[in-house]
Amino acid sequence: MLRFIVRRMLQMLLALFALSVLLFAWLRSLPGGAVSALLGERGSPEAAAELRAQLGLDQPLPVQYWSFLERAAQGDFGISNGVYIGQPAMDVFLSRLPATVELSFFAIVIALTVAIPLGYIAARRRGSLLDTSSVISSLIGVAVPIFFLAYVLKYLFAVRWGILPPSGRQTAGIDATHITNFYVLDGILTREWDAAWDAFQHLILPAFALASIPFAVIFRITRASVLEVLEEDYVRTAAAKGLRAHTIRWRHVMRNALIPVVTMIGLQIGALLAGAVLTEKVFAFQGIGQALAIGFERRDYPVLQVLIMMAALIYIVVNLLVDIAYAIIDPRVRTR
Amino acid sequence: MTTATTSTTQPGRRSGREPLLAVEDLRVTFGSRTSRTVTAVDGVSFDVAPGETVGLVGESGCGKSVTSLAVMGLLPARGAQVAGSVRFDGEELLTLSPQRMAEKRGAEMAMIFQDPLSSLNPVVPIGVQVTEVLERHRGMKGGAARKRATYLLERVGIPDPTRRLSDYAHQLSGGMRQRALIAMALACEPRLLIADEPTTALDVTIQAQILALLNELVSESGTALVMITHDLGVVAGLCSTVNVLYAGRVVERADRHPLFATPRHPYTGGLLASIPRLDEERGRRLVPVPGSVADNIPWEEGCAFAPRCPNAGDRCEAETPALVPDRGVRDPRLLRCHYPLAGDRTEEDA
Ligand SMILES: Nc1ncnc2c1ncn2[C@@H]1O[C@H](COP(=O)(O)OP(=O)(O)OP(=O)(O)O)[C@@H](O)[C@H]1O
Ligand SMILES: [Mg+2]
Repeated sequence: MLRFIVRRMLQMLLALFALSVLLFAWLRSLPGGAVSALLGERGSPEAAAELRAQLGLDQPLPVQYWSFLERAAQGDFGISNGVYIGQPAMDVFLSRLPATVELSFFAIVIALTVAIPLGYIAARRRGSLLDTSSVISSLIGVAVPIFFLAYVLKYLFAVRWGILPPSGRQTAGIDATHITNFYVLDGILTREWDAAWDAFQHLILPAFALASIPFAVIFRITRASVLEVLEEDYVRTAAAKGLRAHTIRWRHVMRNALIPVVTMIGLQIGALLAGAVLTEKVFAFQGIGQALAIGFERRDYPVLQVLIMMAALIYIVVNLLVDIAYAIIDPRVRTR
Repeated sequence: MTTATTSTTQPGRRSGREPLLAVEDLRVTFGSRTSRTVTAVDGVSFDVAPGETVGLVGESGCGKSVTSLAVMGLLPARGAQVAGSVRFDGEELLTLSPQRMAEKRGAEMAMIFQDPLSSLNPVVPIGVQVTEVLERHRGMKGGAARKRATYLLERVGIPDPTRRLSDYAHQLSGGMRQRALIAMALACEPRLLIADEPTTALDVTIQAQILALLNELVSESGTALVMITHDLGVVAGLCSTVNVLYAGRVVERADRHPLFATPRHPYTGGLLASIPRLDEERGRRLVPVPGSVADNIPWEEGCAFAPRCPNAGDRCEAETPALVPDRGVRDPRLLRCHYPLAGDRTEEDA
């Protein structure tokens, strides 16, 4: 088990290194650049040259890459020159992280609590109206672009009916203390229930929009997996023992059926991070995704680098955790 | 034996023994309005008394498993239609509620299956898979359940049973897995045990051990055993009565010894000829019954076996043979054949 974890960590480092090279090369091949983004079209050539030198952009690319890598290893990704001008890029990431984690967490909780039970029920009642309609809606969930869904939700619930706030993480001017920057958690910790409720309301629409893709994928894999497990001989053995329905359902069907679901949840973290960019943009939700979008517009390389590298790190770490969880629930992996 | 009919329609019945399981005219069809229906079991009857071992024999697809699943109430509620009667200790099972049926399964009637590896849950320790039966039907919990599970594993010949409780299926050998499944089936001392090809997935030495174990357990406890197999060799050592099935119907039923001595149905004869025998020269290829079930004609149009039958005559594809007492042998026997193999009774005897 320990060897397995160490091996996976080494693989992780290698993957991160490869990603950093690709990222560095790709960002610098984008049209436009930090300088023209900062100065606009009318900046004088002298001012531009000065700014380039200041940002280190006049150095040859390998030199730029090496100094980037050296500093990145120490957590220093340079100074933001677009999103929060003058602030360390790492701070931009850290200040934005709680918002995205909070949003993704709610989204994945919504997706799991609906998708797994629904997947089970749909499989048990295969071919029923419930099954067919959930399969169709999951297809729609995958097919509809997430920003489109986000706009529709925002239009209906915020603009048209006005029952939920249209954007942001908090109503302007509300009196709230922030300890962790997870706004709902902060409200609970400080017993500022109004603030917690307000932050929660701001989360609902973006979380539902963001949940649509993991929901659809997890529903479909749960359903397929349960259908497969129901045909297994050991489920028949369990029935032949006369076990109660809930013992068969949980111990014999779900424990096996959830194994591929767990793997899929890990893979969905990637989709979730990608979806967060679009969702946060639609709802002006001040998280990593929104910072990433702004970073792109302004060619803020330090911020883009830190955000993408950290997103990759999160993705890899989550998948490592998933692999460990996988080994815990599947003894065939553990004892091999 | 009270009347002549009982003695001939119920070969193997010892006088005074009431059957524990009585299957009568069992019929199972698969399919719905949309798809074509398949009749998997077509009017099968047999009984089993306590302490008796009855064999259901026939080649793949003849309906052995479907028969046993119907008895256990394990056929899918949707898609399978079951008709006829299955009485267990006088009580009709086919009309019993699913809840009552589940209370009987594992407690009064148990089943073991063909493939021990796939029949065990891969992610649940063996011990839990034993104790869950005890918990369900005996209300045993914790230490008491584990103690009994250890005893059960020991009784079926698993060495170091305490350690094995926490093992998973993939950590056991094939024979050990089947022993563990037998332990689960016997956990609550069922009165009826159905073994559906319990040895086909195992190698020959292990096969013999498992059969010996079943034999011993059954004779010790007086359990009624239904032994399902495609291998008459398995039947030879175990069963008192043998039902030979073909295409969902019983074609011959007799006590084991007379059946082996004088098979009457040409299909039984073919099965017997395909058993490997110790006194035969090695390397001789076994002759299975020629042809395949694909050649069958429907029972409604005659004898399903006729196209493959070495003895087939004019009547076979014109007239469906009925399962009737066979007057060509001295033992009580039922036979479904127009042109049977030679019997052991001469015309003067009759
Ligand atoms: N769920 C099902 N749906 C449709 N047909 C089925 C189903 N289960 C079994 N059958 C059919 O019923 C017939 C009898 O099958 P059964 O499994 O009882 O055969 P068997 O005698 O046990 O054979 P084997 O030796 O291969 O186990 C076969 O023709 C099979 O195709
Ligand atoms: Mg079978």
